[in-house]
Amino acid sequence: MESFVHVVIILMLVTTAIAIVRVKDLFAVTMLAGIYGLLSASFFVLMDAHDVAFTEAAVGAGISTLLVLTTLSMTGRFEKASVKPQADYRPVLALVLVTVTGALLIYGTQDMPGFGTADAPVQTHVVPRYLNDSATEIGIPNVVASILASYRGYDTFGEVVVIFTAGIGVLAMVMSNATKMPVVQTALMSDHVVLRIVSKMLIPLIMLFALYVQFHGEYGPGGGFQAGVIFASAFILYAMLFGLTAARNVVNHTLVQLLSALGVLLYGSVGVVAMINGGNFLDYNFLSDDPVAGQMLGILLVELGVGITVASVMIIIFFTFTARSQKEGEAD
Amino acid sequence: MEFLGLFNYWVVIVLMMIGFYIVICSNNLIKKLIGLTIFQTSVFIMYISMGKITGGTAPVLADGITLYSNPLTHVLILTAIVVGIATTALGLAIVVRIHESYGTVEEDDIHAKDKQA
Repeated sequence: MESFVHVVIILMLVTTAIAIVRVKDLFAVTMLAGIYGLLSASFFVLMDAHDVAFTEAAVGAGISTLLVLTTLSMTGRFEKASVKPQADYRPVLALVLVTVTGALLIYGTQDMPGFGTADAPVQTHVVPRYLNDSATEIGIPNVVASILASYRGYDTFGEVVVIFTAGIGVLAMVMSNATKMPVVQTALMSDHVVLRIVSKMLIPLIMLFALYVQFHGEYGPGGGFQAGVIFASAFILYAMLFGLTAARNVVNHTLVQLLSALGVLLYGSVGVVAMINGGNFLDYNFLSDDPVAGQMLGILLVELGVGITVASVMIIIFFTFTARSQKEGEAD
Repeated sequence: MEFLGLFNYWVVIVLMMIGFYIVICSNNLIKKLIGLTIFQTSVFIMYISMGKITGGTAPVLADGITLYSNPLTHVLILTAIVVGIATTALGLAIVVRIHESYGTVEEDDIHAKDKQA
């Protein structure tokens, strides 16, 4: 049964991808991309990767769809049909290139270990140590969280900085003059009674769920990355319903910008405190007299930092895009 | 699930090539970015497939369970997804700016305007 579901989901993924190639209406393409994200999230659940599925469902099916839609509202819905005859050779050449590359890669997979084998190299090197020792060293059941926040804390720190930098980049490139924010009252979604009532009931629950994901991440699937994205989606939902102006009254833009930096700062400070206490950077054993308690404290703070940065960067990105599109709408 | 063998990796390659094809062949910058997302997701699927052990379960330690799927690949992909959306947003921001400067997001129109200038 499991293999059946596996094969069906995979075939649906391929079908969706092919549909994305064929369809010219970019609105439909965006929706298909959202479906693609949701399908891959389902596939990750099947592969026991619940943490990843969480993230992919929130990001691939949620936020990325919204961002592309906002961009589309500025750039136009339809892909230009190629009219020039000399453009016709491109698909054929591309198809040849893609087929050759794909064939070479498939030839390369002959050396790969079969799917699901327990003695594949990827399973035998560092992972047994994590699985066997993390319960005594870190003291939390979710091994993904202990690797993410503790064993590979450096990597995660780097990734949080990357997200923060991307937020700054988006701000630098598309921030419109905040003092001259236009008060646009384009057809607000809040005119729809059902949407308004249902969303008002859902928004607190979404936030509560985000907090659960954040603070329960050590014991079950979850953590800062997922919680941040889910928390941001509550604000994004609010902004979509009641307009950007109303949302800006709820979340102060300067405050969100400060928070995005604060998360990174919190993460880094935990590392520095560990150094001051005589350990290495991000060595949580030195945060407390009891190493395991130190690990718990360190992971809690670090995940909180990740959550704050991810949530605020996502809010910043969405608000900046929306503000830009409303400004363009006014200029037209 | 023995018969699945290398099937997952082949599908990953098919998806990756579909994404690659969109990136090369599409004229529209937004569609190119969506192609990149498909490409990216295929890599995620490959990592997660490699980490799966037949009969294993999610890597949350519990009594009475001995076989867990690989948590390390999960960590790598988990962070990659969020970094991926951040970079996609940056790409979309560039597209928005290109649209403001050139009035189009079609690649050949942009080249044509560059030649005129």
